Amino acid sequence: MSQNNPDQEDQTSGAKKTISLPISRVRLIMKSSPDVSSINQDALFLTTKATELFVQHLALSSFNNGSGKETNSLSYSDLAKTAEETETFHFLTDILPKKILARDYLKSLEQMQEEEADF
Amino acid sequence: MAERPEDLNLPNAVITRIIKEALPDGVNVSKEARRAISQAASVFVLYATSCANNFAMKAKRKTLNAGDVLAAMEEMEFERFLEPLREALDVYKKGQKGKKDVSEQKCRDKEKKAGLEADKGREEEEEAEEEEEEPVGEKEAEEEEVEN
Repeated sequence: MSQNNPDQEDQTSGAKKTISLPISRVRLIMKSSPDVSSINQDALFLTTKATELFVQHLALSSFNNGSGKETNSLSYSDLAKTAEETETFHFLTDILPKKILARDYLKSLEQMQEEEADF
Repeated sequence: MAERPEDLNLPNAVITRIIKEALPDGVNVSKEARRAISQAASVFVLYATSCANNFAMKAKRKTLNAGDVLAAMEEMEFERFLEPLREALDVYKKGQKGKKDVSEQKCRDKEKKAGLEADKGREEEEEAEEEEEEPVGEKEAEEEEVEN
């Protein structure tokens, strides 16, 4: 808890800081998109703030839907599950693929081959 | 421009802090989960940018503005962010305005001072030059008209 104190001091002294992610980094990511030519300051601020809200929302929904509620933990599989099951997080399925054991994968592969053989 | 791929990542320390603040006290977030959330955040920025850019393009504008970002949030079905975003933007604008007023005033004072001093010396030179330059300016204007 004592670790949090410096942060709180930062926030009060820094004339009410509304965002904590660096705007310059967010702009760099936005500009890496080839169609984007220029971004005004307000749009940059809003995207940065939205990203923070998104991180909070993703973490909290994954924790609430996840299996780690009893053990008080958040794991990768909770995130992958949320990406798969929640409509608004569907765009993340490519970077949050569900992990499966090689054993299970081979089994499903075998099943598929058997099904094909049946035809 | 982004030269290294790491440049497209968001700072881990900040992401970790935001996650900690969002979750109940004492939740343990695995390293893998933190990395995944950070990557998801970068993808979110790109997705939001692309959506916002579509709105700007539809309106035939080259610069993304606040309205485009808000419209993108709606399109992405993150309506829940709209209210907090508008509030944060208000606070941000007030802060910017305060800063601007102060710095603009300073700038104006400086310009005045510098301008006054420079003008004294320049005026004399310009008077002599202006007469020579004028005919050239007219010629250029005529040429432009012809081209059009």
